[in-house]
Amino acid sequence: MTSRPIISVRNLEVGAMSRHGMLRPLRGIDLDLPFGQTVGLVGESGCGKSMTARALLNITPAPMRITGGTIILDDGKAPPQNLSALDPDGVAMRAIRGARVAMIFQEPMTALSPVHTIGDQIGEMVRIHRKLGRREAKAHAIEMLDMVSMPNARQRYDAYPFNLSGGMRQRAMIAMALACGPDVLVADEPTTALDVTIQAQILELLQRLQADLGMTVLLITHDLGVVARTTKRVAVMYLGEIVEEASTIQLFDTPLHPYTQGLLSSVPRLGSRRGRREPLPTMRGTVPSALVELAGCAFHPRCTKAVAGLCDVIKPVMAEVNPGHSARCLLYPEVLVASKRGSSVVQPEPVS
Amino acid sequence: MTENLLELRKLSKHFPIHSGLARRVTGEVRAVDDVDLIIKRGETLGLVGESGCGKSTTGRAILRAIEPTSGEILFHGKDGTVDVAQLGRTDLKQIRRRMQMVFQDPYASLNPRMRVEEIIAEPLICLERMSRGDRRDRVVELLELVGLNSQYLARYPHTFSGGQRQRIGIARALALAPEFVVCDEPVSALDVSVQAQVLNLLIELQQRLGTTYLFISHDLGVIEHLCDRVAVMYLGRIVEVADTEALLRTPKMPYVEALLASVPHADPHAVTAHAIVRGEIADPANRPTGCAFHPRCAYATDVCRSVAPELRNVGTRSNPHLAACHFSETLQLNGVA
Repeated sequence: MTSRPIISVRNLEVGAMSRHGMLRPLRGIDLDLPFGQTVGLVGESGCGKSMTARALLNITPAPMRITGGTIILDDGKAPPQNLSALDPDGVAMRAIRGARVAMIFQEPMTALSPVHTIGDQIGEMVRIHRKLGRREAKAHAIEMLDMVSMPNARQRYDAYPFNLSGGMRQRAMIAMALACGPDVLVADEPTTALDVTIQAQILELLQRLQADLGMTVLLITHDLGVVARTTKRVAVMYLGEIVEEASTIQLFDTPLHPYTQGLLSSVPRLGSRRGRREPLPTMRGTVPSALVELAGCAFHPRCTKAVAGLCDVIKPVMAEVNPGHSARCLLYPEVLVASKRGSSVVQPEPVS
Repeated sequence: MTENLLELRKLSKHFPIHSGLARRVTGEVRAVDDVDLIIKRGETLGLVGESGCGKSTTGRAILRAIEPTSGEILFHGKDGTVDVAQLGRTDLKQIRRRMQMVFQDPYASLNPRMRVEEIIAEPLICLERMSRGDRRDRVVELLELVGLNSQYLARYPHTFSGGQRQRIGIARALALAPEFVVCDEPVSALDVSVQAQVLNLLIELQQRLGTTYLFISHDLGVIEHLCDRVAVMYLGRIVEVADTEALLRTPKMPYVEALLASVPHADPHAVTAHAIVRGEIADPANRPTGCAFHPRCAYATDVCRSVAPELRNVGTRSNPHLAACHFSETLQLNGVA
């Protein structure tokens, strides 16, 4: 019952040359965002989640740039477009960014301008994209603030970000992102900086808006609880690659990739009734840096199930193991067959 | 019945608010307000709350890393009881041998210009008369205790990952074999896979050394895993204290119910209860009258708006369950399933 993807990412690569060598934060991402759904993207810090979000809007931080792959936006409003081929500063990209694909950031204090009122910042969106006048923009901004349940929206129009609490700042940022009625919302850790009671409010708000407006949402988070609560499908990232992709229920019930299994089991969950102070399963080591080039599977040095001579030699590809459930792990015959087939094909050199 | 190691009596920390050209004191923030709390020898007591509720200030005030405004901090050592709040400089230095702290941010809490050996040896230099050789032996022993290679002695903190740095911080805290350690969000800055390693280490060390922990955290999953008892703070006051199991399954204070309901469960089958608490935490400089939680509380009545509830025992005598709510006995609150 998967609907047509509104954004379809294929083999997306982001990289930059540094004095230590080639930095490759994204190493070939394949990801579909089905129309009107919320997809979760999870992983530990440094795995490339935020870089994926930024690449979708073509705002990779310099000197990082998209070095390969395609991002096809097909929202039915215009002919399908490949965002990765557009000039990041060009007119075409700027017309899409904010208007058709919008983003909310983790840190509302740094993402909002400290010297403009939040009303101005929300109004700016429609003044630029829809060429609305000052008065119409103000009315629209107040309407947006109302929509995100900002208390006293009319007075808050004139507030500066420092006047607001963390939760209200995040509401203001959501109002700004949604001001032009985008079809796709990329939410990069939208609740990580918030307390749990406020997090619950913001997640509920996002879910309500997504249902009301029929938006497609990519929710990036490291919190498995947030994913379980708000998404239907999840992709797990590790070292610039997606290593598992499934419906949320499949992923939590039968995680396939040893990394996902490790992530799920190492978190002490509230109400899990695990024995008190029973040792938690751990993963050895940490996420390697984006400079590291590993032969075979990127996770094999940390994997407890790694097979010598296999996992450190053959590069696994994503393959469907169960219906609608793909993984990038050679322990599954489906993946092994696909990977062996893939490795005989010469990989195209990344554009330098 | 285990004995008490530490007793806080009416511990308060008020920060003045200055304003105007003359920087006159125009108000105060009651970061910690009349906190009564008992920490038993050998236990792990969790201290939970949202940011700004005063949990870190409480932890720091116990060690007098910040000076409490008033109140008593009774430390029941093997050689009698001392009030830490009253100690002078020399005595305070001596008590620090027995009370130490692990900090939240493994990047900010280690001096980048000191080598690992110097960092871990610092408490030994300050408080212990040891020969150079003995000191080095002790540092090596500590490094091994926290699972780090003793070859790391001459390295600087920047060469370590977050998890390794937190291990160094733990080794420093344990250098003097303290009886009591305040762990202030020790795993909040770490990724989940590393978080599990550090939690396992803290648990293992406690079992081996019999240390008492005050474990400050906002992560209720971690608290459930680690703590024997839990205290919840809201706007500078303790609002509920009970055994972990009792507090999580049968909370007696509406704020705790709301807090538990707000945690997203890492289980996609779980039905999300929409008992989401309204509004935001109030300004601690401008506390609501009566019960501080009443503006957000779904059960609030007139009494809650005018009379501040005392923290009182609503459990049994042998199994106390303290809560600060007028209606603890009548409300049927939901805990974690």
